[in-house]
Amino acid sequence: MKFVRNFFEKTEPLVQKGAKYHWLFSVHEGFFTLFFVSKDTSKSGTHIHDFIDLKRTMGMVVLSLVPVILFGMYNVGFQHFKAIGELQSTGFFALFFYGLLKVLPVIAVSYIVGLGIEFVFAQKRGHGIHEGFLVSGILIPMVMPIETPLWMIGVATAFAVIIGKEVFGGTGMNIWNPALIARAFLFFAYPAQMSGNSVWVALSESDKVVDAFTGATPMAEAAAGNTNFSIADAFFGFIPGSIGETSTLAILIGAVILIVTGIGSWKIMVSTVAGGAVMGIILNIFAVNAYMELPFWQHLIIGGFAFGAVFMATDPVSGAQTETGKWIYGFLIGLLAILIRVVNPAYPEGMMLAILLMNTFVPLIDYYVVQSNIKKRLKRVKTSA
Amino acid sequence: MSDSIKLRKGLNIKLKGGAKEEVKTLSAPLKVALKPTDFLELIPKLKIKVDAVVKAGDALFYDKYHPEIVFTSPVGGKVVSINRGERRRILEVVVERDENAGSVEFVKGNPGSLSGEEIKEQLLKSGLWPFIKKRPYGIIALPDEKPKSIYISTFDTAPLAPNYNFVLKDELATFQTGVDALAKLTDGKVNLGVNRNSIFTSIKNVEINTFDGPHPAGNVGIQIHHTAPLNKGDVVWTVHVQDVLFIGRLFETGKVDFTKTVALTGSEVEDPKYYKTILGTPVSAITGGNLKQADYNQRIISGNVLTGTKVEPAGYLGFYDSQISVIPEGDNYEFMGWALPGVDKFSASKAFLSKLFPKKEYVLDANLHGGERAFVLSGQYEKLVPMDILPVHLLKAILVNDIDKMEQLGIYEVIEEDFALCEYACTSKIKVQSILRKGINTMIKELG
Repeated sequence: MKFVRNFFEKTEPLVQKGAKYHWLFSVHEGFFTLFFVSKDTSKSGTHIHDFIDLKRTMGMVVLSLVPVILFGMYNVGFQHFKAIGELQSTGFFALFFYGLLKVLPVIAVSYIVGLGIEFVFAQKRGHGIHEGFLVSGILIPMVMPIETPLWMIGVATAFAVIIGKEVFGGTGMNIWNPALIARAFLFFAYPAQMSGNSVWVALSESDKVVDAFTGATPMAEAAAGNTNFSIADAFFGFIPGSIGETSTLAILIGAVILIVTGIGSWKIMVSTVAGGAVMGIILNIFAVNAYMELPFWQHLIIGGFAFGAVFMATDPVSGAQTETGKWIYGFLIGLLAILIRVVNPAYPEGMMLAILLMNTFVPLIDYYVVQSNIKKRLKRVKTSA
Repeated sequence: MSDSIKLRKGLNIKLKGGAKEEVKTLSAPLKVALKPTDFLELIPKLKIKVDAVVKAGDALFYDKYHPEIVFTSPVGGKVVSINRGERRRILEVVVERDENAGSVEFVKGNPGSLSGEEIKEQLLKSGLWPFIKKRPYGIIALPDEKPKSIYISTFDTAPLAPNYNFVLKDELATFQTGVDALAKLTDGKVNLGVNRNSIFTSIKNVEINTFDGPHPAGNVGIQIHHTAPLNKGDVVWTVHVQDVLFIGRLFETGKVDFTKTVALTGSEVEDPKYYKTILGTPVSAITGGNLKQADYNQRIISGNVLTGTKVEPAGYLGFYDSQISVIPEGDNYEFMGWALPGVDKFSASKAFLSKLFPKKEYVLDANLHGGERAFVLSGQYEKLVPMDILPVHLLKAILVNDIDKMEQLGIYEVIEEDFALCEYACTSKIKVQSILRKGINTMIKELG
C-alpha cells in the first residue's frame, strides 16, 4: 500500500495547475481518493464529520445491485440455452459464463464511455470526479436488452451523461435519471433494436431455436392477450427481459440492502408499489380485455416495474426531495407505469416513461410541500398577532 | 411545571472522553485574554492602550456601533499585549494579573428592589451585557430592544458537553439572583429549559419546560421553537446557563466575578474532568499535562466538537465556552477507507457496521472523510433537526440569496448550532454552518 501511496503522493505536484500534466488533475485526484481517503481535515464549522461520503453511498448502491447483476448474467445464459433447446445438457457454470461473457462487454462499454466523459468534464470544471456515474454506469447495462449492439450502448451512455447530466452541472444537478435517459434515447432513436421479440435472448445467426421459442417477454405476451406465464418463473426471473430486470427476487434482495443501510428511500419504494397495485386493481375492476384482467399483483413481478421502483425511482437527485413529496412522487410513478403499460398499446413498458415523467414533476411536487411549510409559518404570525 | 416535550429527531454522538464528575480548582492564571473574534460581527474599539493598569471590571474595548456595550477585564492587572491579525484586526487583548489591582465597585443589591433600567445599566457597565444574546441571529442583544421573553437552557446535549446539573449544584442561590435580575429586563417571562431529573426545577420566578430527546434538544433555539416559535419581528434573548452566575454574583457582591467551571473532555485527554478557572484563561492552564502523549497531531477545541473553535495550544478559552474538547487531528490517509465495513466508524447513517453496537463510545478525529460534493442525498438533514423547518430548502434559499424565501422558510428561528448536526452527517460535506451564517448576515444587513 505504501508503494501505491508513494506513487500518488509523488505524482501529485505534477498534475497541479501550471505543471506538466495539469490536464490529468481530476483523474489523479479521482484514483487517489478511490484508494485513499484524503488526509484533509476540517478547517471551519464542525470539527468532526461523518465517515459516510458519496463514495460509500454509491458503493452501497452498487453492492445492492450485485444480486441483480449476477442473476442477470445467469439468466442471459439460461435464456440462450433454453432457446436452442440445450438447457438440460448444460451445467450451471456453463450458463453463467455464457452470460458473463455476454454482459461484461456491455458493462465495460458503459463505464468506459461514461467515466471518460466524466473525467473530461471534471477536468474542465476544475474539480474532482464525482461518483454519480459509478451507479449510472451499472444501471445502464441492467436496463438494456442483451442483444443491443455495443455501439448503441456507447452512444446512449454518452447522450445520457452529456445531455442528461453534465449540461445541468453534473452529479446532483440533473433533472432526470441518467440511466433512464440512456434507455429512453435508444427506445426512441432505435425502436427496432429495443423492442419486439428478438432482442431479449442472446442468439447468434447460426443458433437453431426450438419450435416453441418466441423470445417474447411475459409482458409482451400479456399485452397480446396471453396471460398464462409462469408466476414462479416471473418472480425468480427465468423469463426474457432486460438484463437486470427479470428477477423480482434479486431485486428484493437489493431493496433490503438499500433500506437497511438507509441509502434508498423506502417511502418511494413502498408508495410506488402501492400506486402500481392501486392502478392494477382499478384496471381489474373495469377490465374489458385479458391484459386488464391480469391480477394486479402480477404486474409487480413482470417487466421493469420492480427494478424501476427499487433502483430508478429512488435516485435521490431526480426523485422528490421532501419527505411528503416522496410519497406522492412514488405513488404517481406506480399509478402511471401500470396505466401506460396496459392502456397505451404503443409502449410495451410504462415504467421508464412514468419515472421520467414524474422526475419532470418533482420540482412541482416539492414546491407544494415547501409552500405548505411556508403557509404554516405565516399562519402562526396571524394567530399570534 | 408542564409536561415534558418529547423530541424524536436528532442524534447523540457518542464520543470517548466524557468528564467525570469531579472538580479541580486551578490557581488563577498569570494572564487572561479577551478575544473580540468570539463575538460575531463585532467591530471592537479599544478603550485602553498597552501597559494600561486596569481593575477587574474595567472596560478593555467596546462595540463601535453600540458604544454602551463594553467588554471588561476579568482580572485586575496590566494590559501586556494587544495581538493583531491580518489588516490589524484585533485578535486578543491580554491582561497580566496583579493580585493587588482590585475590582471596580458596582451597585450591590437585591435585583428585586432595583428597576429594569438600573439593572440594564449595571450589566452594561460591568461588561456582563455581552453574555445576553438575541434571537433572531444569535448576536449580542441590543440594549434598546424589548425582548418578548428570555430563554435559558439548563442542559447541553452536544457531544461530551458539561453536565450543568452537576456544575451548578452548589450555586443555585446565585443562579436565582441572576434569573431575578434578568426577569426585570423583559415584560414576558424567563423560560428555563430543563431535562429530566433537573436541579433547576426549584428555581422561582421562571416558566419551566422539560425537554426529552437527543441532541440538539438542549439547544435554546430548539426549545424556543417548541414553546413560542419566533415570528418575523419577534425578539427574544438567550443567556447561557453558567453565565447567569456572573450576573447573580455581580448583584450579590457588587463586583465582577468571572469564575467558571470548564469541562476538559475528549479522547485525547488523560483524565477528563471539570476545572474551576476564570473567563479568558489560557487553554494550556487546563490542558497542560492532561493530554495523552501521542505521535500524531491533536486538535484542541474551545467548545464542543460541533460548534467550537480550534485553538492553538498557546491560545485562550472562548468567551462563551464551558468546555474544551481534544480530539486527534486525523490528518492521515486511510487506505480504501470508504469501502471498509466500519465497525469502529460511528455514523449517523446506517451504512457502517458500527450500527450494530449502539452502546459503544467512539474516537472521532477531525478528518473530513470524503470530498465536498453538491447536494445529492435527501432526507438526511430533516432527521437531525427537531423543528418544523426544511433545512435543505432554507440552505438553498441562502445559496441563491433569496431573502424572501429565507424569511418564509424560517431563518429567524435558527442559528449555526441548530444545524451543526447536519454538517456533521452530510454525505456531501457541505459547510452548513457557514452557509447559514452567511444567510443570517444577509438578513442583518438587509433588514437590520
